[in-house]
Order: sequence, then structure tokens, then C-alpha cells
Amino acid sequence: MNDNPLISLAGYFALLSLFAVGGANAAIPEMHRIAVEVMHWMSDRQFADSFAISQVSPGPNIIIVTLIGYHVAGLAGAAVATAAMCGPTCVLAFLVARTWDRFKAARWRIAIQAGLVPVSLGLIAASAFVLARSADHNIYAAAITAMTAIVGFATRINPLWIFAVGGVLGLSGWL
Amino acid sequence: MSASTAPPPSSTVIRPKLSELFRAFVIVSISGFGGALPWARRMIVEQRRWMTAEEFNEAFALSQFLPGPNVVNFSVVFGSRFGGAPGAAVAFAGLMGPPLIIVTILAVLYARFGDIEALGRILAGITAAATGLLIAVVAKMATPLFRKRWDWAPLIAIAAFVGVAIMQWPLPLVFVVLAPVSVACAWVTR
Repeated sequence: MNDNPLISLAGYFALLSLFAVGGANAAIPEMHRIAVEVMHWMSDRQFADSFAISQVSPGPNIIIVTLIGYHVAGLAGAAVATAAMCGPTCVLAFLVARTWDRFKAARWRIAIQAGLVPVSLGLIAASAFVLARSADHNIYAAAITAMTAIVGFATRINPLWIFAVGGVLGLSGWL
Repeated sequence: MSASTAPPPSSTVIRPKLSELFRAFVIVSISGFGGALPWARRMIVEQRRWMTAEEFNEAFALSQFLPGPNVVNFSVVFGSRFGGAPGAAVAFAGLMGPPLIIVTILAVLYARFGDIEALGRILAGITAAATGLLIAVVAKMATPLFRKRWDWAPLIAIAAFVGVAIMQWPLPLVFVVLAPVSVACAWVTR
């Protein structure tokens, strides 16, 4: 795109912000594709680490773009990536909020919302796939993923406990 | 949060000041592990009574309708409703400010200590666990979609998955092709 990494960060994330139906979880594969495969900003492992850090940080998970931005261009990169990822969608939200009452019951509005659900489901499934490929290098890591998938599906346990168990198992040297 | 600020026992909706808006979203933000939405609902509907449950659901439906992170959209929708553009800015700043500071500190630490092997192992364990949770989210979303008789929605979901995960096509491309098809199917089958 451009030699200046700040311009690349701004361009990619501003575009992505408008296509991320389903939020941060749906945008993971595209972030991975750009940061690791196209731009070679970071290694596969650094990307997976950024994802882990964003998961254990408070606040919206979209904060992973701050980590990617920092990795690419320090504090300026963190600021530019975050602003690019939030800016377009915030402006859109502000504009749509003022006209929502006029079309909230419109048939096209309901069709758009219903139509985007399966798209975002497919994208989030793709995120899980991309992350599993980065994280599950051996049978133990794959077993942790499988177990947390079952626990997460069957219970409403606070995810922090699951992350804590994952971190301790990782530290114990099995992975 | 003290007892003196407890809402009056009427069902009237209270209009927040900008400083209250900011504080509320700071609290939502730092409490919001594993999804800030339940915290936002508790704060806005039950504790502060800034919205009725129906108004909250409607504002959230709008946030989900828009691209990007739902809770970020929600802060803008909610803030603009009570304070126009300054309200939206204040709510957004409250939501993103504390996590930005915390994550920037973590990014600095990772840049310095990321090569330590033990840290790498811990993060690998967390990633493996977080991936499992994401699979659980997918399973929960897919259950109602796939339980209906075999129709267009699962096909769209599978096509999006294959395009992005297997073919590794750019997300905007996959979206521009699939979203209109999916919306047209939703329009026709209603």
C-alpha cells in the first residue's frame, strides 16, 4: 500500500472497521492475513500473543488493534490503529442513531440484519479456525482448546477462570 | 455508586450529565471481561434507570445492525441520545480510555519481555483456551441457525467460513459477494 506504516495501518483498519460485522471476533482472520501474511508486520506467534493479551485485558476485544499498531509503529501506531478501527464505525453509529426511528421497522432493515447473522457466524468460525492453527501446535494445546470449547458451551463460567487455567497449563510446560 | 445516588423508586427515566455518562462507561469498560453488554445493561437499566429495558434492547439492536464492535457502537448510540455529539464522545472516551491505557502498558511490557520463554508459554495456554471459548460462541450462534430446516442461512455461513478461513480471501471481498446474497435470501424468505 504505502511505505509509511502509519498510513497502511490507518487504511487497512479503517476499511476493516466497516466490514467487521460481528465485531472484533469476526475481524481476526483479516487482521491476521494483513499483519502476518501480507505486510509481515509480525510473526504468527506474535499475533497469537496479541490476541491472548487482548482477551485478558478489560474492555472491548477490538483493543487487539492497539497491540498490533504498537508493534508496528510504537505509540503513534497504537493511536492510529485504534482511531482507524473505531472512527468510521463511530461516525456511522452517530449518523444512523439519529435516523433509526424512521427505518427501524422497515422490511429492508430487518432483512439486512437477518442476512448479516449467517455472514458474521461464518466469519467468527473462521476466526476460531485461524487461531486454532496458530495456537494448537500439539495435542495438549488442542486438548485445552477442545475442553474450553465444551466448558464454554455448556456453562456460563467467567472467562477469566478459563484463561487462568489455560495460562497455568501453558506455564507448566505442556504446550 | 453510593446509596445516596440510588434511583428514585419511580419508573421515570433520568437524564444523565456528561460526567455521569463518562463515569458509567468507565465502569462498564473495566468490568467488562467476556463481554461488556451484561454490565452495560445492569448499569443503565437497573442501577441508573437511564433507559427502560425495551429502550435498551432497541439501542442494542441498532448497535448490532452496524458494523464494528457492538459495545463501541452502543456507547456512541447511547451517548448521542442523551448528549448529542459531546455525549457520544464522552461515552466513547469512557469506554475506550481505561483499556487503551492498560493495553498500551501491556504492549510496552510485551515489547520488552515478550521473548521470555515462560511468558510465551503462558500466552500460548491463554490463546488455546480463548480459541476454545470462540468455538463455544460459534456453537451457540450456530445452534438456532442450523436447527431450522436446511435453508439458506447455514450455506451462507459455510461459504463465509470457507472463503475467509480456507481460501484466505480478503474479508471485504467475501463480504461484498456474500452479504447481498444473504440479505436477498432474508428478504425473500420472510
